[in-house]
Amino acid sequence: MTVVRPYDTLRKDLAERDRSLREKVMTLEEAAALVHDGDTVGIGGCTMSRTPMGMIWALIRAGRKRLSCSRSIMSSDGDWLIGSGASDHVLTSWFSQSILFGISKVMRHNVENGTARFEEWSHMGVGMRFRAGAMGVPFVPVRSMLGSGVAGELAAVKEMDCPFTGEKLLLVPALNPKVALIHVQRCDAYGNAQIDGLQFMDIDLAMAADRVILTTERIVSNDQIRRAPDHTKIPFFTVDAVVELPFGCAPHECYGVYEPMLDHMRYYVGLVNKDPVNGMKEYLDRFVYGPKSWVEYLGLIGIDHVLAAARAGESIYDA
Amino acid sequence: MTPDTKTAAKPATDPKGYTANELLAILSARQLKEGQVVFAGVGVPLLAATLAQRLGCPGLTILFEGGVVGAFIEPGKLPPSTNDQRCTRRANMVLGSADVLLLLQRGYVDVGFMGGAQIDQYGNLNSSFIGDPKNPKTRLPGTGGGNDISSLTDMIVAMKHEKRRFVENVDFVTSPGWLSGGTSRREAGLTHGGMFRVVTELAVFGFDEKTRRMKPLALNPGVTREELQDNTGFRLDFDPDLGTTDPPSERELSTLRMLDPERLFIA
Repeated sequence: MTVVRPYDTLRKDLAERDRSLREKVMTLEEAAALVHDGDTVGIGGCTMSRTPMGMIWALIRAGRKRLSCSRSIMSSDGDWLIGSGASDHVLTSWFSQSILFGISKVMRHNVENGTARFEEWSHMGVGMRFRAGAMGVPFVPVRSMLGSGVAGELAAVKEMDCPFTGEKLLLVPALNPKVALIHVQRCDAYGNAQIDGLQFMDIDLAMAADRVILTTERIVSNDQIRRAPDHTKIPFFTVDAVVELPFGCAPHECYGVYEPMLDHMRYYVGLVNKDPVNGMKEYLDRFVYGPKSWVEYLGLIGIDHVLAAARAGESIYDA
Repeated sequence: MTPDTKTAAKPATDPKGYTANELLAILSARQLKEGQVVFAGVGVPLLAATLAQRLGCPGLTILFEGGVVGAFIEPGKLPPSTNDQRCTRRANMVLGSADVLLLLQRGYVDVGFMGGAQIDQYGNLNSSFIGDPKNPKTRLPGTGGGNDISSLTDMIVAMKHEKRRFVENVDFVTSPGWLSGGTSRREAGLTHGGMFRVVTELAVFGFDEKTRRMKPLALNPGVTREELQDNTGFRLDFDPDLGTTDPPSERELSTLRMLDPERLFIA
């Protein structure tokens, strides 16, 4: 596979998509069927924030394999993906269970034993790859990563002398994932999506990807979207699926709706870091394969815990 | 951005009356100046920048890689990362994360401030691999925004001082300092910024203007030259007029403990 898709192909792939104004609401399982084994998957949010955990959960349950996943920073979402065998390649700038919990033993086990590849880019490097993908250009120049081991390990970067100034620049190639998974606070049935608070790289990611699956805390009417069009960050014509999934980032946070469910994260981290293979299996069996629905998963996290996280999440708007 | 932070909540038991992380946060906070724009990593850097705001730099503008411009972290509500909603309290603005990082490239940031796992004599940081990158003994979490910050602005690093962390040459340059010293950083295309200060529980370091090697600027209270050299994996050149840092004041300690009552980052 070439690093960058030729522009003709990129345009052709986009021209063939159904970009009409149509309702795209479907179930989590139907949306999971839009992702295929071996796809490149861009994941929205960052670390423990606005992670599309419910969608990742559904992809693991659907038995997806060999997904190549890119994200600004990976937390336990990355653990789930490689620990379940759904993904064998992650592209990110930082892979840890968060600063509170430290290095991921699931990442270490899989990467050090060669069952998954961890391709490291700088945070801005990941962002500029999505940006180039969103811009429809094959690369953008940056001034970071030069001279570092990070660039040295990457086959997909090139140095060039600027044709205007002669300065040394690093070129990062466009990243146009096959599918983007993004969780938002609200969107309409067409996929006009409003994001509150930190947007991370999600706008570029949506523009860059071939297909976008939105999970949303709430589906609202198109009239409601039109009342505040300045809050709309992702336009409907980039979107292919809309899934209403309250608490769809659990146990991570969703800005203004809930903070991360740290007790559950602590339980999870304790389990998988003690034994990254059997601990992960135990977690997946009990919390991913076991429940009949996402609501049942939330029940296993615990209603008291979920509600406490929601109370803390809404407090961001307190005076 | 450091891989090794624990959440143990225990009171300070050090005979000095403060913990190593408390000293790190306080000495780092003293490096910041009123009116600066500082790009801070999570943990001690976030805490130190917030401490500086409280202690005499109310006009310090804190940026977080999650996209936050002008944060004022609330006491007792420290964010678990620089990408959580708590980072945005009372901020001036939220941007996309690529856009806040691009402020570094445009030149709006005075100083970057982060933790470190392993550093060498030229201030290069490794947070990627222990051992050979092709077949690593340990895969570490990686750079995050660290490479971007250290490539594009002056850097302050706050980290634990151990011989295995202060090595002659890092196994892998995750975030560039002065590379191989002299003019090598500029020749690599990194024309601005560079490692400025390293703050540890033993000493505060700067970098020689010509060789770009790390050199002690001041010893922390009670630390001897021999002790510092014994805990450092490369030769240190001591100036005859080497200073001593002032111990943490009551005000610095009480303000810091008020900010982190659960002792998430100062234990």
